[in-house]
Amino acid sequence: MSSLGELRTMAKRTKAERGQPKAKRKHRDNKAGFFFLLPWLIGFFVFTGGPMLVSLYLAFTNYNLLQPPEWAGFGNFARMWDDQRLWKSLEVTFLYVFVSVPFLLALALAVAVLLDKGMRGLPIYRSVFYLPSLMGGSVAIAILWRQVFGYDGLINGLLGFFGIQGPGWVAHPDYALGTLIVLNIWTFGSPMVIFLAGLRQIPDMYYEAAGVDGASKVRQFFTITLPLLTPIIFFNLVLQVIFAFQNFTQAYVVSGGTGGPSDSTLFYTLYLYQQAFNTPMQMGYASAMAWLLVLFIGALTALNFWLSKYWVFYDD
Amino acid sequence: MKHVLLIALSLIMIYPLIWLVVSSLKPNAQIFTDLSIFTTDLSLDNYVEGWDAQFLPFHIYLMNSSILVIGAIIGNLISCSMAAYAFARLDFRFRNLTFAIMLGTILLPFHVVLVPQFILFRELGWLDTFLPLVVPKFLATEAFFVFLMVQFIRSLPNELYEAARIDGAGHIRQFVQVTLPLMIPALATTTIFTFIWTWADFFGPLIYLRSPENYVVPQALTMFIDGQSTSNFGAMFAMSVVSLIPMFIAFLIGQKFLVKGFAKSGIK
Repeated sequence: MSSLGELRTMAKRTKAERGQPKAKRKHRDNKAGFFFLLPWLIGFFVFTGGPMLVSLYLAFTNYNLLQPPEWAGFGNFARMWDDQRLWKSLEVTFLYVFVSVPFLLALALAVAVLLDKGMRGLPIYRSVFYLPSLMGGSVAIAILWRQVFGYDGLINGLLGFFGIQGPGWVAHPDYALGTLIVLNIWTFGSPMVIFLAGLRQIPDMYYEAAGVDGASKVRQFFTITLPLLTPIIFFNLVLQVIFAFQNFTQAYVVSGGTGGPSDSTLFYTLYLYQQAFNTPMQMGYASAMAWLLVLFIGALTALNFWLSKYWVFYDD
Repeated sequence: MKHVLLIALSLIMIYPLIWLVVSSLKPNAQIFTDLSIFTTDLSLDNYVEGWDAQFLPFHIYLMNSSILVIGAIIGNLISCSMAAYAFARLDFRFRNLTFAIMLGTILLPFHVVLVPQFILFRELGWLDTFLPLVVPKFLATEAFFVFLMVQFIRSLPNELYEAARIDGAGHIRQFVQVTLPLMIPALATTTIFTFIWTWADFFGPLIYLRSPENYVVPQALTMFIDGQSTSNFGAMFAMSVVSLIPMFIAFLIGQKFLVKGFAKSGIK
């Protein structure tokens, strides 16, 4: 079961237990449990839980690292409302997420279905498609992308073959984000691998029965494969949305750290980084931005979970 | 028909990588005038030149990256397997609560702890050292791997543990002598993922490593774009290839574990 599935069952269980008197239960391994969990506990309090509280506090202050934080009330949030670049970065990020994730998942699913069941050369295809998703986040690939979509790069070379002179894609405000969307779609291999494993879970007898009934391959896909795969589509969707929201390296490298040209690749996380670490350091504002990011990701994930009731089919 | 489609897609996917490798072997003047990958005029000149193009020789950066990777792997293996054993095999107070929190941290964007962690490491005097990038790994902060290992330990047969208990093995022996040897596939998956992710990580080093002698490979590569040396594409491509080779080798060696581990953490 996936981490999401796990959370879902836990929530269900808690719901079912609510209202029942709490049974006093003895725990066998309290001492050993805390011994083995100790590194995680320290890590959680020092590097996650504690810092979350601190950053919540800092979100309501002005803090430049040199002087002590200065209480600002809702000042940072009011400033966000009027911050044109922040709105621009939200626009860029949402566009990136909502365009690249559907394409990425559709391609991953399509290729997984093509590759499924006794395909010759499956391991080779799988490797070829999976490899880019492992390397896609690296600086080397972002550098490569700058050149592939450069004025005299591969893409324009290809277009030139047909007599078209393309623009310098990464340097053009209308197209720079598009090159990053293509880069994200290029990494469809990791959800594809998850889809492949999911396809293997669907019993052959369903297809055999459908075949006996004379259902075509297309019909089998829509009535068997797709419904049974919805939990995995959902899992991939939630994860890819969360990942895409946090993308940083590719935009940083392709734009040389600026988010340009004219802020067209100013991802939210890149803007947050600039606020926190470019002088003058605005750690309070960056913390407020980080909490807004948590809100956005939390809201989208919650929306995803809520919508999943209408299209995800659980076999339990 | 299917194969034609898949081969075409494979070529599109892999062509940029092949072009990168071939271009890194071409003289600078030819890289953009001749975009094809068919050429006979290949040499390693770009590699020789690129190796010393940025401030320090490239093996310094490779060394720094290796130190980070090794530290991260050791840390993840020890701390995540301990936490996973507790969650999967032990019955203790607040287990469900802590487990739910641990799962939640997988989904939490790390930006929310970025500033306080930076302040903390600054107070500790750890800026411009490897410590901020390695120490957290020894405290099971990579929850994804904890979850992966929990799933694996749960699938181990209970009889083995009963037999060990009858033999008088305590939890430490059950962990070291029963669990660890049996979960080698999960440990291998963790090792390879940690290798690839740490090797490629740019954000952490960008924030914490300030002086060039501490730079890791991704930072060294960005110096090719930042500097005025942008015209030296051959050297930049050559060092990009150098940075990808270890990832590629890790992928080849660990393919089986990567695919299995990834699918496993995803579904079953």
